[in-house]
Amino acid sequence: MTRGQPGPPEDAAGTREGGEAGGAGAGRAAPETFTVLLPSYADFAAWRAAARKLLAAAIPPEAVEWRTPEDPPGLFTGPPPPDAVGPPLAVPRDFVEMAELAVRHADRERFALLHSLLWDARARPGLLRTPTEPRMARLGAMARAVRRDAHKMHAFLRFREIDTAEGPRSVAWFEPEHHIVEAEAGFFVRRFAILRWSILTPRRCAHWDGAALAFTLGARRADAPAEDAAEDLWRTYFASIFNPARLKPDAMRAEMPKKYWRNLPEAEVIPELMKGAEGRVRAMLGQQPKAPGRRQKPGAK
Amino acid sequence: MDLRAKLALLADAAKYDASCASSGTEKRDSRAGGLGSTEGMGICHAYAPDGRCISLLKVLLTNACVFDCAYCINRATSNVPRARFTVAELVKLTLAFYRRNYIEGLFLSSGIIRSPDYTIEQLIRVARTLREEHGFLGYIHLKTIPEAAPELLAEAGRWADRLSINVELPQVASLKRLAPEKDLPAIGGAMQQLSSRIAEAREAKRTARRAAPPRFAPAGQSTQMIVGADDSDDRSILGKGAELYEKYGLRRVYYSGYSPIPEASSLLPPAPPPLLREHRLYQADWLLRFYGFGTEEILSGGEGGMLDLEIDPKLAWALKHRAVFPVDINAAPRELLLRVPGLGARNVDRILAARQEGRVRLADLARLRVPLRKVAPFLLAPDHRAAPGLLDSPRLRAMLTAPAGLGAQARPRQLSLFP
Ligand code: SF4
Repeated sequence: MTRGQPGPPEDAAGTREGGEAGGAGAGRAAPETFTVLLPSYADFAAWRAAARKLLAAAIPPEAVEWRTPEDPPGLFTGPPPPDAVGPPLAVPRDFVEMAELAVRHADRERFALLHSLLWDARARPGLLRTPTEPRMARLGAMARAVRRDAHKMHAFLRFREIDTAEGPRSVAWFEPEHHIVEAEAGFFVRRFAILRWSILTPRRCAHWDGAALAFTLGARRADAPAEDAAEDLWRTYFASIFNPARLKPDAMRAEMPKKYWRNLPEAEVIPELMKGAEGRVRAMLGQQPKAPGRRQKPGAK
Repeated sequence: MDLRAKLALLADAAKYDASCASSGTEKRDSRAGGLGSTEGMGICHAYAPDGRCISLLKVLLTNACVFDCAYCINRATSNVPRARFTVAELVKLTLAFYRRNYIEGLFLSSGIIRSPDYTIEQLIRVARTLREEHGFLGYIHLKTIPEAAPELLAEAGRWADRLSINVELPQVASLKRLAPEKDLPAIGGAMQQLSSRIAEAREAKRTARRAAPPRFAPAGQSTQMIVGADDSDDRSILGKGAELYEKYGLRRVYYSGYSPIPEASSLLPPAPPPLLREHRLYQADWLLRFYGFGTEEILSGGEGGMLDLEIDPKLAWALKHRAVFPVDINAAPRELLLRVPGLGARNVDRILAARQEGRVRLADLARLRVPLRKVAPFLLAPDHRAAPGLLDSPRLRAMLTAPAGLGAQARPRQLSLFP
């Protein structure tokens, strides 16, 4: 876990890393690897409880393998860590917020990274407030990636309405990069509490029946409806609000990367809008300025 | 005309308004009934190939107009086909788009038909129907008309999150020439009215004991200026913007580069201004509001009342004030770090946090994804000192503007910055 370090603050140089913290107190026979099996892929509370125990038992990050039911089975499974009770951990609020986001990241090292930060923070509490430290920077990047994924889900998820026996239902297919469905379902409840909806994704699906949320295992794209009556109007709007005189496809792609396009009904008209743009602008720039009120024959260009 | 054809026409006519923000309003959600939510942050639900965010259904109620503003495709003497949505059509479209998560809400504007009062009454009806009959809790932005009666402006603010009145042009003379029916003093008067109602409602909310006091445009008011349709320089545009922020507490001033329109009037320049000009104005506006710069300071980075088009205004300022640099990353106060080209406010705060825990190096900045090439000449760090003479070198500007990321080509240049 420990990556190339920059120089630590001079005053801390003597006390960081190394043996003095590493399990010395526990009096266990070295080297043993424990396996922590978390109940779900992004369960912050379970991770925190496990981390607290590990720190209380002075088990170092190298001695722990973190696993969730979604991970492929490992070659080797160690015993669960021994129970231990320690004092509650005081960590900065910002760190807790970042950790909550980071446990949703798809990176399998996320739990170990957090553990190693807490481990080193015992000797160097300032570590968790140092955004430039390499592991903290990595944690920050993970938190940002998860937040961005959530924004994109709020933004680019599209419902399609279908009729069911119990009435209309809104169904969306979305492909998040990280484990965010449980965490972000609340956004859609707050916004669409009045509808009945399902959000299908490859790893998890969320369902709202007007009163309660339920989660089920992943689905396939083909499980979602293939079209919706409003999409034609939406594409018309998208095409009409576009200003061909300001073509900036890179700016569009930076914010709406191509990987999202296949699930955006409006994206299918993008190529044709871009192709037609130049001609439309040439026509506008080349036209004779209009003296007020005189009509030029349409289509004269 | 069918709904689809109307939508095409009335969205097309609305696209010259740059505003699409859906942020900064009160928090609402639908768990106690209604449809929709606003959580403070705006959401861009799509991006058009022009790179602009699509957050709201931005349309005109009608593109018929009795005014004759030269820069506008809807002016009375333009020959475009005219159409008008019914209130019911607009309500239905907004709800259909909202339910499918295409939009955050509605931005409704209109050409002026019959009278300003009549026109704004129509806009109000749409907003009121959405709110009262459909429990719509999404975002509503209404473009208001300065000449409308005060009671109508008051009602608009009850249903809308944001209200706007466009000043369009910074100088009275150009407004007279290009938008003869528009009246700058009337615009100021209406902005003043909105501003005091917004402030009142905010104050009432702050001091409210029990029942929620009547709301009024909780996301404030904004305006737009067209850039490049007249001969106003950046000084008069930024100056006007600063004046509006100050006088009326505007949330945002939008700058919209004049864009060629079909059916253009002969009063207008034949070619649009460079898109970059609008971009530089936004950057300058940002520095004015959040980075502690003054208007004249920013303009001092350019020449003759115009911003430098080639480089961003902060870098332009820095290159003309080189004596301020280099800045010691471990000692400089926040205000000074904010003036370093390439350092954004967020990273400045991260640097300040890191400083509490030890000395910050240039290598640390790389981890914050700071553009090293750009900041390096202006900074002093334990592991970095710019090459002697670099900061005073006439070549510095050229080095910083050379295209980056051209692989091997760029590398030697970059190395020369880190001797
Ligand atoms: S008032 Fe002027 S800017 Fe507004 S729609 Fe009419 S012509 Fe266009």
